[in-house]
Amino acid sequence: MKNILLLICKRIGASLITIFVISLIIFIGVELLPGDVAETVLGQSATPETVEAFRKELKLDLPPHVRYATWLNHFVHGDFGNSLANKRPVAELVNWRLSNTLLLAMVTAFIAVPLSIFLGILAALYRNTLFDKMISITTLSFISFPEFFIAYVLIALFSVQLNIFPSLAIIDDNMGFFNKLYAIILPSLTLTCVVTAHMMRQTRAAIINVLGSAYIEMAEIKGIRGFRIIVYHAFPNALSPVINVVAVNLAYLVVGVVLVEVVFVYPGLGQLLVDSVAKRDLPVVQASGLIFSIAYIFMNLAADILSMLANPKLRQSNF
Amino acid sequence: MDNLLKIKNLNIEGFYEDRWQPIVHNINLELKRGEVLGLIGESGAGKSTIGLAAMGYTRQGCRIASGSINIEGIELYDASEEDLRLVRGSKIAYVAQSAAASFNPSHRVINQYVEAPVQHGLMAYDEAEKEAIDIYRRLFLPTPETIGLRYPHELSGGQLQRAMVAMAMSCKPDIIVFDEPTTALDVTTQIEVLAAVKEITETMNKAALYITHDLAVVAQVANRIMVLRNGRLVEEGETRQLIKKPKEAYTRELLNVRNLRQEKSISDKMDVILKVRDLKATYTGRENVLEDIDLDVRKGRTVALVGESGSGKSTLARVITGLLPAICGSINFLGQEIPLDFKTRDKDTLRRLQMIYQMPDTALNPRQTVRKIIGRPLKFYFGIKGREAEERIRELLTKIELDPDTYIDRLATELSGGEKQRICIARALAARPDLIICDEVTSALDQLVGEGILDLLQDLQNKTNISYLFITHDLATVKAIADKIVIMLEGRIIEQGDKKEVLTPPHHEYTDKLLASVPEMDPDWLDNLLDKRLSTFI
Repeated sequence: MKNILLLICKRIGASLITIFVISLIIFIGVELLPGDVAETVLGQSATPETVEAFRKELKLDLPPHVRYATWLNHFVHGDFGNSLANKRPVAELVNWRLSNTLLLAMVTAFIAVPLSIFLGILAALYRNTLFDKMISITTLSFISFPEFFIAYVLIALFSVQLNIFPSLAIIDDNMGFFNKLYAIILPSLTLTCVVTAHMMRQTRAAIINVLGSAYIEMAEIKGIRGFRIIVYHAFPNALSPVINVVAVNLAYLVVGVVLVEVVFVYPGLGQLLVDSVAKRDLPVVQASGLIFSIAYIFMNLAADILSMLANPKLRQSNF
Repeated sequence: MDNLLKIKNLNIEGFYEDRWQPIVHNINLELKRGEVLGLIGESGAGKSTIGLAAMGYTRQGCRIASGSINIEGIELYDASEEDLRLVRGSKIAYVAQSAAASFNPSHRVINQYVEAPVQHGLMAYDEAEKEAIDIYRRLFLPTPETIGLRYPHELSGGQLQRAMVAMAMSCKPDIIVFDEPTTALDVTTQIEVLAAVKEITETMNKAALYITHDLAVVAQVANRIMVLRNGRLVEEGETRQLIKKPKEAYTRELLNVRNLRQEKSISDKMDVILKVRDLKATYTGRENVLEDIDLDVRKGRTVALVGESGSGKSTLARVITGLLPAICGSINFLGQEIPLDFKTRDKDTLRRLQMIYQMPDTALNPRQTVRKIIGRPLKFYFGIKGREAEERIRELLTKIELDPDTYIDRLATELSGGEKQRICIARALAARPDLIICDEVTSALDQLVGEGILDLLQDLQNKTNISYLFITHDLATVKAIADKIVIMLEGRIIEQGDKKEVLTPPHHEYTDKLLASVPEMDPDWLDNLLDKRLSTFI
């Protein structure tokens, strides 16, 4: 118990340090953006006096380290500041967008993770057969296409030709869960195509990797069926790499889906980030950047802890 | 009585060098109920391949080319995968060499026991579980009711091996294949497993194939013995007959009791070249793995360091070489105190104290040639290069009985295990050491190859008066080469003295157990020992 708790605490500590470093990088990155925020926001007609007054209001006249400390302090307390573009609190903006992003990510994960693990197990079971190669070729071609291309193909097929799913994933808070689900079915299908190949191939490789072990030979000699050998004997020992690749892909679903959001006009966090960069809405950029990093680090942390728990040797130090 | 297993004209091929080549030739074998057949031979003899083929199973890259394998009237040679699956585990079961590797680390031991009977549809889970506990009890596993709930890594090597014997019994098969079930174990643990094997074959009236390279072990359990070499039968016979009157020269060679050296006297006057006093060492900083070690090695003599795995033998070697600096104590080498940490020792001290390791495979860089491997210490310690080095390397190769012209340009990967170990010896000799620490140098090698290495070491000692500190768990080796014996248990030396003194009673209690556990070439040895233990127990 002590060992594993200590290990987990260490990991959490390391994650916090990483988040801190990233916050620094985000801040510096935003600082380095060319041009002056006040001038950009106020436009070319602004007089030097108004620009100066606006800078003061934004506290841009203070030295960077003071602004950084204030920003971080506020962020930790849940105050993300106000948007420069429309003066609304950033938290409000980000909250709604983040919940949309998480909804899309979760729905996709719900389809993609079981699907890819199942396909990976099947591919390992029928390794080097035609079936295995078919799965590999199909999934590989999906990751070889850019995701917006897949998105357009799906739109062309399901909304234009068959006319069964909407091509725009527009949702608002008044919609019920199933209406929302119906609205986002095409974007989540697109994302499923993108992430499945990666997870499925890793599952297959990890399982095949343990098939050479003596305990697999033992299971064969005990007269156990092939499917059970893969699922009961090989898969539990292949969990660690699978958990890792699943975590990375889930993080990608939160962080990296801006292209898909744009295609389906989906109000996710990625699109907000891109819009805000264009508008130089710095508080929003900083807040969403940091949220993305936290999502990534959290997923990796979860993967680490789960892999530890999946190993009886480590888990047993509990007792 | 009918034959349970009948193998006829079995030929097995392996795929290497881009084609199928025969590895087992025309083996015929019959096994009756209640009978144990020993398969014996060195590695590469095809014992395990035959054992697995008896279940219709071949490893990756092998195939059964022709022949017939018949279990209770079912022909396995051309059976479908599904038919084979139905036979495996239920009619014939297998006990593997390394239980630690053959148990799935992710599942509890009892779940792995129960799996076969449930999957074969022979028993319900609860019923199989009850039987498991019963068999655990019969095989003398501690706390049989709960031991199955543990994961494999929570059992000791001997317990795990017995749990695997139990697992093989789970479907009540008529035939069990034991593939070197005690090779990875200490002598004292080996007894437990051998007793379990006896229990099963005699009391439960099963037939068994017992595969091993150790004739003394197989003599304890087998009724008949087949001696194999390079996939061919050398000779076959009743156990007692075969041991008493072997027909073939190869069998006699395997039987030869090792006795390599003339007795040498150890007098107190002889130079002590290594004197170790009050050594303590630790890995964690909390508990000491070595306590109060006192040890002397004299010039031109061999000290054997004996103990079970985990007794601290190899740690002591690491401490003497300075790889693991002792936390206190002193090491006196060739008359002067040397630093405990190798980093602060001078080059000459390092040179005079060399080491040979257990695994020649990992001790040699596979990408280097013999010339480079042996040339390295010559250059490092003496600055010898070029033609002079070439001459020295050839001289050393001649010393270790390898032909210089054939071997000097070979890569380490192109050598056999025994040849690699010889190269390791040459590398140590190149430094012209006064003392060589040999850490289990023969335990990874086949019996005859290992004896060749011991012969060589003995010969070198007679010629150059070099000293050895010889670490081993094999008492037969100790009897063969030691002048002095040091016995270790749990990080302490519990007995030491001249060979004769230690080997003649009265012994320390543990020494007695250790000595009594070494199988003798006597078919009644195990029975006598178990009877004796039982009677003292009661």
